[in-house]
Amino acid sequence: MIVADRKPLEEILESIKDFDKIVLMGCGGCVTICFSGGAKSVELLASQIKIARKKQGKEIEIIECTPERQCEFEYIDPCKEKFESVPVVLSIACGVGVQTMNERHPDTITIPGLNTKFMGYPVEHALWEERCAGCGNCLLEWTGGVCPIARCAKKLLNGPCGGSSDGKCEVDKEIDCVWQIIYDRLKKLNKLENLTAVRKPKDWRTSTSAGQRKVEFKEAML
Amino acid sequence: MKSGSRLEKVLESGAFSVTAELGPPQNANVESVKKKAKHCIGNVEAANVTDNQTAIVRMSSIAAGVIALECGLEPVIQMVCRDRNRIAMQSDILGAAALGLKNLLCLSGDHQVFGNHPDAKGVYDIDSMQLIAMVKQMRDEKTFLCGDEIKECEPKFFIGAAANPFADPFEFRVMRLAKKIEAGADFIQTQCIFDIEKFEKWMKLVVAEGLHKKVYITAGLTPVRSERALKYMKNNVAGISVPDELIARMEKAKDKEEKMEEGIKICLETIEAVKNMEGVAGIHLMPIGWESVTPTILERAGLLPRPKV
Repeated sequence: MIVADRKPLEEILESIKDFDKIVLMGCGGCVTICFSGGAKSVELLASQIKIARKKQGKEIEIIECTPERQCEFEYIDPCKEKFESVPVVLSIACGVGVQTMNERHPDTITIPGLNTKFMGYPVEHALWEERCAGCGNCLLEWTGGVCPIARCAKKLLNGPCGGSSDGKCEVDKEIDCVWQIIYDRLKKLNKLENLTAVRKPKDWRTSTSAGQRKVEFKEAML
Repeated sequence: MKSGSRLEKVLESGAFSVTAELGPPQNANVESVKKKAKHCIGNVEAANVTDNQTAIVRMSSIAAGVIALECGLEPVIQMVCRDRNRIAMQSDILGAAALGLKNLLCLSGDHQVFGNHPDAKGVYDIDSMQLIAMVKQMRDEKTFLCGDEIKECEPKFFIGAAANPFADPFEFRVMRLAKKIEAGADFIQTQCIFDIEKFEKWMKLVVAEGLHKKVYITAGLTPVRSERALKYMKNNVAGISVPDELIARMEKAKDKEEKMEEGIKICLETIEAVKNMEGVAGIHLMPIGWESVTPTILERAGLLPRPKV
């Protein structure tokens, strides 16, 4: 899932300071699950904004709305009447949702209320960790299903570096050394030979180095 | 001869080699490079010129290396993967060779969060293993990483790499050294050794695998002037092992003079210990911020004068 985190309230207030009426739009997808952009978060943020604006003596009207997904036309279009007459939508969906809104409804400005962080999953209740960097050429087959591109601070393919200590990364003792995890996993699988060959440099074209990427599913095209 | 560097010649001759370290300044002062080089000229085979170590912006290692060379000190150019992609690295490798530099040490590099531009984007297009292989490919196959031919004047470097016997997982450290040799490393400099016991354990595994016959392994040493430096490394630098016993020895020394003497003694004892270990081909001295101690230590260790090659 896509994991996002709410922007600081001050930054949000600054971005909507010129408006006295906004639509606050959440998303029923990933950000609902990571507690940052679902219907409950919409309700909470709306009250925080109203209280802050009341204190400033500049009251604001907020129309709340949370489509099932903000990243698909068929889910945002039915909300159109809510934001049609309003100049700005504050979106607490991921960056994809914000852009879907701007592209589909260009007469309304949609601004972000979240910082979109990564693809990951909850490793424990209310704690999400990054797992996939979307590099476009999955190598999990030989690493025992553990990704060094998403999880190594130096994106090493022949790790671990000399900064791996007691299972932790030199960058931050709160971060596990992913190469220690890979090593332990392959040892358990009796596949340490996967680490003996020198891995060649990665072709970053499948990642973000060669411009915007597209995925086509020809069979399903109309 | 792969590069014809002095370091290569000394190691080839079977003599015990000595290298040191020269950190370029955080400015464009030629004199400060020359001043630091003075402690090394004639006392060592070559000196590592660090590449923005600890991710703090400094004069480029190639530029400072050329200044050192002009003073009569052979440099080992350090190159890290943090700041340049494969295009810039190959370009700098050609440039360094054109300027007469002959030793290149390939490193991943200290992560940018430790330096003075923690907000920088780390590059890490290729890793240190791939950098070693790339320098070897340019030298031996006369091709660029992409396969294009280097039509003339291929860069001929004596290729160095680092090894850290004190990092985890310990069992993987010998395997990683074997990989660096397979990639093309000609010589190795280790992380600084305070924990002689652990280093010896690693060396025994290295020798058991016969790796010491495929690469020159030089032992990294950092003389210290105070217990503070040791404590700092123990608590803040990942992948360094500092026995409490050494800290206690430094604490026992009363004043500045005594502490300096104790630091030198510890270093001399370590030199003696590694010299007697099978497979150790030389030492690499890294007196961080205390470059002036280099000649004293080498003199007292009986490592001067350096052999003629």
